[in-house]
Amino acid sequence: MVDAEVLEERIREGVGEVSHVVVRDLTGTQDHWEALVVSAAFAGKTPIEQHQMVYAALGELMTGPVHALALKTYSPESWARQEG
Amino acid sequence: MEDTVRERIQGIIEGNEVVLFMKGTKHFPQCGFSATLVEVLRRSGSEFQDFNVLEDPAIRQGIKEFANWPTIPQLYVRGKFVGGCDIVREMYEKGELDAVLSAKES
Repeated sequence: MVDAEVLEERIREGVGEVSHVVVRDLTGTQDHWEALVVSAAFAGKTPIEQHQMVYAALGELMTGPVHALALKTYSPESWARQEG
Repeated sequence: MEDTVRERIQGIIEGNEVVLFMKGTKHFPQCGFSATLVEVLRRSGSEFQDFNVLEDPAIRQGIKEFANWPTIPQLYVRGKFVGGCDIVREMYEKGELDAVLSAKES
């Protein structure tokens, strides 16, 4: 099991330029998660590349403690459109 | 990853126009994320081959390295990795998936 704070920290460190991150425990069992990440580092990257950056940031957590991770990734521009 | 596993994966994605690596089968998905993509592909009216990674531990591990993608399901169209559950579902919701599925080889 892993804490939301740990996941958040790893994402902030690994992805970089994170302006907004929300990690949510979907089942209350600390193994099925949802993460929303807004980062300037995503600009110009394909969705596949953006998700790969988050997976890389989480590293070995993805092969054990994290059984499932629903991901939403945005550049600051696309996030602004999303909100507006 | 062993070369034989990589070759098998190559064979699978080159031998099928649309192939979904998933947990369970299209008739009996054994994971919610896999079930979601089966449903999305059904609604798109796309014929697709399913590959049950639960019955093949070597492919189950190998496919994650193959696409540098640590989760399953994974969708491949004409040999190219299209995405996992979130990306493919979002493409479907934005109306972009049909173009990817039906595009002719250039």
